[in-house]
Amino acid sequence: MRNMKELLNSAVQAIPPSGIRRFFDIAAEMEDAISLGVGEPDFVTPWHIRDEGIYSLEKGKTHYTSNAGLKELRTEICNYLNRRFSLRYDPLSQVVVTVGGSEAIDLFLRAVLEPGDEVLIPEPCFVCYRPITSLAGGVPVSIVTKAENEFRLTPDELKAAITPKTKVLVLPFPNNPTGAVMRKEHLDAIAEVLSGTDILVLADEIYAELTYGNEAHISIASIPEMYERTVLISGFSKAYAMTGWRLGYACGHPDLIAAMTKVHQFAIMSAPTLAQYAAIEALKNGDADIAMMREEYDRRRHTIVSGFNDMGLECFEPEGAFYAFPSIQSTGLNSNDFCEKLLYDKKVAVVPGTAFGESGEGFVRCSYAYSVQNIQEALNRIEAFVKHR
Amino acid sequence: MEHYDDKASVILELLHRDCRCSLEQIATMTNLPVDEVAGIIDALEKNHVILGYGARINWDEANGADAVTAYIELRVTPQRDLGYDRIAERIYQYPEVKAINLMSGSYDFGITVEGRNIREVAQFVSEHLAAMESVIGTATHFVLKRYKYDGVICAPPSKDERQVISL
Repeated sequence: MRNMKELLNSAVQAIPPSGIRRFFDIAAEMEDAISLGVGEPDFVTPWHIRDEGIYSLEKGKTHYTSNAGLKELRTEICNYLNRRFSLRYDPLSQVVVTVGGSEAIDLFLRAVLEPGDEVLIPEPCFVCYRPITSLAGGVPVSIVTKAENEFRLTPDELKAAITPKTKVLVLPFPNNPTGAVMRKEHLDAIAEVLSGTDILVLADEIYAELTYGNEAHISIASIPEMYERTVLISGFSKAYAMTGWRLGYACGHPDLIAAMTKVHQFAIMSAPTLAQYAAIEALKNGDADIAMMREEYDRRRHTIVSGFNDMGLECFEPEGAFYAFPSIQSTGLNSNDFCEKLLYDKKVAVVPGTAFGESGEGFVRCSYAYSVQNIQEALNRIEAFVKHR
Repeated sequence: MEHYDDKASVILELLHRDCRCSLEQIATMTNLPVDEVAGIIDALEKNHVILGYGARINWDEANGADAVTAYIELRVTPQRDLGYDRIAERIYQYPEVKAINLMSGSYDFGITVEGRNIREVAQFVSEHLAAMESVIGTATHFVLKRYKYDGVICAPPSKDERQVISL
């Protein structure tokens, strides 16, 4: 066959493949392999939400919705954000329903970036911001967050990264893969740096409902000076265990949302109708489901973090999402070698920290979206692996 | 007291899900000292909140056709001064009776009875339950297939179907 690579877009060709897949493709072929790798809830979508989706099909709700999404869903999204995070948005002009949070990230960056605009990306972080920035003609600029700062973005780190070309700051908290969160005082400090600039904020808050301890999640959009410049991106995947439904949303200034909706209407048309009806039910009656899943994740979080610390792999306490990010530097291995040897020696799959940016070197990501028994067995094997090094 | 209740209810939930969970595991999951967890469990046992520790067994799989379960609706005339409790006490003494509840609605007691076969259960109902002087009627329903028991679906769990994805 003819080599078609020469016809590919150069920006696409320049994007490296995801570093996450490799180990799991190997693990999938291994008998008795245990994975702590999957970045999605192990819970099935609560039945009443699934039932509402089924009911929408029975009623023949199989047509497109309006481009921005069902008005009732947008209204419920606004009610929810107000109820949970004291955020006020107009459902008619400030919300667009998307195919997962990832589409919202893509829409936003495509809607605002000019060639050469810089996008500040705190790392380690979810893998999509860099490639989407590049595809939109922007320039990704990493800001390395540090374990000693509990992987939070500090104002000094932000200040040092800002240039005249900076257009967007990505704020991916609670964070995948570190589990770091930004509390009110940390966000205030970031807001102070941003005030007086025109830098927009992409607040990826898909894990907002999964924060632990006594303090609830706070959005940077709730800081009055940050409200207009922030586009809040979230969705149903993590909070309601609805990953396969592919439904997210973005909220923000009407001009930004209108531009994003313009891209969305030509690229996607509208998000899946079935999922939108199910999501209305989730927002109306799903608070107890979130609480139940959060409590369960919290127990697993304690189990996995204390397990790593007890075996000598220092693990900072993640306050959000469902990942632990232990340091493996004491083993003398780099992230990639650690994961590879662990997989072949003990049949446990975890993700090298470098899959989330070079700054993830020396760490591995372990999801605790698994049963306690699964986590315990994986910890036993990892401990045996570490002890024999 | 309220805080104690919160901790106790979480511990109860964990034990109900898996009573083989060790004190240390519970302590880790709840972020409580082991001694405190042990103390709470002791108190729950002493107060008869925890009645015992047992496995949830899918008897259909364990016994095949060697056991049957029946759900019996019992209508009774409550006894003067003693109401329903005296009747319940007489019924729950039988080892065949695995559960008994006072019900609202069209019958008074809902009773779960187990036996080796239908004849044995029928005999128990006719000779012991129906023959009691307070009993004015029974309706016996045999369990044909168990789908969910005490919050647990009896069918084997489906394997983890989450696929590899770049996140």
